[in-house]
Amino acid sequence: MLSTMSMIHQPPRSISHFPSSKSTTAFLLKNLSSSSSSQPVTDQSESTPPSSQILTARHSLISRHLSAVQLAESFLSRLRRAEPHLRSFLHVSPDEDVLRQARRLDEILQRNEDVGPLAGVIVAVKDNICTSDMPSTAGSRVLEGYRPPFDATAVRRIREMGGIVVGKTNLDEFGMGSTTESSAFQVTANPWDVSRVPGGSSGGSAAAVSARQCMVSLGSDTGGSVRQPASFCGVVGLKPTYGRVSRFGLMAYASSLDVIGCFSSSVFDAGILLQAISGHDTSDATSSKQVVPDFTSQFTSISLSESKPLKGLKVGLISETLEDGVDTGVASTIRAAASHLEELGCSVSEVSLPSFSLGLPAYYILASSESSSNLSRYDGVRYGNQAPADELNALYGDSRAKGFGHEVKMRILMGTYALSAGYYDAYYKRAQQVRTIVRKGFKAALDVYDILISPAAPSAAYRIGEKKNDPLAMYAGDIMTVNVNLAGLPALVLPCGFVEGGSAGLPVGLQMIGAAFDESQVQYQEDL
Amino acid sequence: MASTIFRSLQTRPFCFYPKALFRRKNGILYCTMQNTQAQTATQEKPITKTTTPELKKAPANYKTIDEKILKDYEAIIGIETHVQLSTQTKAFCSCAYSYGAPPNSGICPVCMGLPGALPVLNSKVIEFAIKVGLALNCKLFLNSKFDRKQYFYPDLPKGYQISQFDVPIASGGYIDIDLPVEFGGGHRRFGITRVHMEEDAGKLIHSESGSYSEVDLNRAGVPLLEIVSEPDMRTGIEAAEYAAELQRLVRYLGVSNGNMQEGSLRCDVNVSIRPVGQSKFGTKVEIKNVNSFSSVSRAIDFEISRQALLYSQGQADEIVQETRQWEEGAQKTVEMRKKEGLADYRYFPEPDLPGVTLTQEYVDNIRSSLPELPEMKRRRYENMGLSMQDVLFLAHDMDVAEFFDATIANGAEVKLTANWIMSDIAAYLKNEKLTISEVKLTPQELSELIASIKGGTISGKIGKQILFELLEKGGTVKGIIKENNLVQIADPVEIEKMVDKVLSENPKQLEQYCGGKTKLQGFFTGQVMKLSKGKANPGLLNKILLEKLNANS
Repeated sequence: MLSTMSMIHQPPRSISHFPSSKSTTAFLLKNLSSSSSSQPVTDQSESTPPSSQILTARHSLISRHLSAVQLAESFLSRLRRAEPHLRSFLHVSPDEDVLRQARRLDEILQRNEDVGPLAGVIVAVKDNICTSDMPSTAGSRVLEGYRPPFDATAVRRIREMGGIVVGKTNLDEFGMGSTTESSAFQVTANPWDVSRVPGGSSGGSAAAVSARQCMVSLGSDTGGSVRQPASFCGVVGLKPTYGRVSRFGLMAYASSLDVIGCFSSSVFDAGILLQAISGHDTSDATSSKQVVPDFTSQFTSISLSESKPLKGLKVGLISETLEDGVDTGVASTIRAAASHLEELGCSVSEVSLPSFSLGLPAYYILASSESSSNLSRYDGVRYGNQAPADELNALYGDSRAKGFGHEVKMRILMGTYALSAGYYDAYYKRAQQVRTIVRKGFKAALDVYDILISPAAPSAAYRIGEKKNDPLAMYAGDIMTVNVNLAGLPALVLPCGFVEGGSAGLPVGLQMIGAAFDESQVQYQEDL
Repeated sequence: MASTIFRSLQTRPFCFYPKALFRRKNGILYCTMQNTQAQTATQEKPITKTTTPELKKAPANYKTIDEKILKDYEAIIGIETHVQLSTQTKAFCSCAYSYGAPPNSGICPVCMGLPGALPVLNSKVIEFAIKVGLALNCKLFLNSKFDRKQYFYPDLPKGYQISQFDVPIASGGYIDIDLPVEFGGGHRRFGITRVHMEEDAGKLIHSESGSYSEVDLNRAGVPLLEIVSEPDMRTGIEAAEYAAELQRLVRYLGVSNGNMQEGSLRCDVNVSIRPVGQSKFGTKVEIKNVNSFSSVSRAIDFEISRQALLYSQGQADEIVQETRQWEEGAQKTVEMRKKEGLADYRYFPEPDLPGVTLTQEYVDNIRSSLPELPEMKRRRYENMGLSMQDVLFLAHDMDVAEFFDATIANGAEVKLTANWIMSDIAAYLKNEKLTISEVKLTPQELSELIASIKGGTISGKIGKQILFELLEKGGTVKGIIKENNLVQIADPVEIEKMVDKVLSENPKQLEQYCGGKTKLQGFFTGQVMKLSKGKANPGLLNKILLEKLNANS
């Protein structure tokens, strides 16, 4: 437990919990083996990976080594210290609100009553996910100051299980962007190098976990918005299967692609958080009725006696993702991770997905089309900012002209064009056909392989401003992730190494793609 | 909340409790609504009575149009009907809708289109749509879907309407109607192009000064069926009957109250004309704001005349594709807006809702639970030997038909039952402004009453007395007869005594009768009836009276 305390009291940017230039899988393995002996014996210690902040916190609370108030205070103080450098939050809950929730938990603990599985867990939530007690702006002026009358289902479940939401994180406006620079309010910095972007669109959520401003966070992933920032910020990012998590309360960008995802510092924590937010929701007709398995029970505890714990697992390395246009440092890091997986017993071979390059244009057509429709409701009539106007068209025009940023307007225009009479067949319909091809391509590959791996992004974090005036280059950065959204598959990104850059190198994420509703498969390998 | 301000600007701070905000305005807004209600509260009259005379009110211009001109043209009429479904909750959320409720009192994040809110389909909407599709003899699509129809308007909270575009739930059906006897009668079959599901929009309430408008979203998200007819109708009466039959159909099916004045059934009429013999269609004009069946009929007849006059004067090019509004007061259509090109609604599949997949078994279950529909009922009544006048009267109101069926099921004679319902009962209902289900008379007692008259227990005259008592107070025929000692006197001896008494008390009249004034027979009959308190058997009375009179003379 002492180690937990010292971890919590680390300075804000001491993110050296990943040893530089070593593959993280290797690190996690080492970490597990070394700490398993020092693990204090508690009632839940049998399968507790010490890398899990959630379980560690839970042990501290239940064993009364730490109160929920102390835990919350330590996070709050680190959050506030790091915030001026990072600017990951658009809104931070007042201390008294957070501490009140923590005190309530302490009272329950005092009475020796059961607490939820997320008791005392400090959670940050992307600002396009509705919270009834905090503003929810989606990073847009059009919703400046907007406070929803309800919690998103994912947020409600987190709260019901004892989690404490500390604030709302920065994002590209309505999730449209890959750097978080499209936020109408502020630019978030990458904790590894503050001159660089954290990725996007869930940049604030990724940076906050990376800098331990919170234990875990929620993001949303429409074309890679959880996985790419996870890669840039060196944290675990999980994009669940489409429909696994209710979208109710997630401000829609592209409804058929959007999914709420998790950020954490360990795969185990991502598993716990996913467990909490998964499942059918009567408020979301597209949420799946598939049974939610117990993700965490499927993690295999690594034992030293078994040298090849992943024996028999078939891994396909998508060859197209290591070709031209991919940073050589990234490619070699991924190959190194692949050979590490082989060391662990996997059989790794390269697999070609010819449809891979088709996904990007199809994605941008579909996502823009849906967003042009989804964003119609921001008209200034019922909520949000209303521009003063003399007549109706001016009211609409001015409210939207002033409310939306450049990137959002561009996508609304593209989407409106793609859906227009006479263009529908050439764009939207064709993109849907491509989507089917992409889905079939993945299906065929996943019939052969248990998981597919690729980089999460073609490069490590960009410098702030580097891609701002080159939208096509920024869009191209989504090549690794968009196909997964088109196919609706689950994917996990975890840090697997570093490339040159910044003061301590820049993290690189490995993306592992599983079959639909096979999150447990994806996770179980990666906890190792 | 929910407030669009056009000219006088009044930006409201964000507030999340629309009810609170509207409370202070309720008075005014509610009044406005009631006015509208009053204005259109004369809907349900049979068209037959109002149409012909009111047509004469058409402006002088068109009144004088030569019947000969009209004969040269053929009108092509198609109707789009929106039927509001009477589900307990809205189409995509759990708000209830009640007509006339205070503005924005039945709304939630979903029907307000708040960020992050998602639609979830009310399965009753599907059930009701299938019922209507089957009743209209349509082919059902077992795999349909929802689409978004996109346009901006303040009463449309999401900026798109959830509707069905290329795959409606039902298509390719027809509806059978019988034209009223006053209009020459006749059977017609009109094609149904399609039936699709969609959601209603809210309502704008314009301020009296016209300087601002307010939005009431109570109606937003209420389920609608849009029923599109083939352009098969040729006259205003046919179109009105088509709409009336749709109303009967949805009422029989129990899927809508079909009230036009509440906007539960709304018709948009498309009219074009062409010279008889020409196969190419003329330019189509859409007419809105027809809020009753009679205005459907009158608006169309007006529009046909207007177009025919333009044609006959060589001004056919002045008939343009446009939307015209029916003005009830002036009895004419006026230009509302020109259609400049086709609106691009940028339809695409609604990604928030899964496709609608039906199993054949589900459809078959609904099919087997369908009630007897108006057309089937009319054919059945016709086969019973009733006249078309009777058939239409009885089948047009579901409750009346049910009452009729229940009465004859008790063994009452068909024609007699029809007569009682159509004459005395109908007159009573009209006077008292009641419906047949609101009176205390039961079908059981009506059949008893008819049987009692037929069997001679009571006279027809007494029967009427009893009927009114049953209508007002209820009770049983037997009870009333017993209580008031109303049993018919059929004993010749007793009647003879009364006849003798009347004759002896009226020697003067008897003398006149004997002198040849035989008309006085009626007088004596009346006197005897009076003496018997209406209970004397009329046949027997007349027989005995005649015998006595003839014996005297």
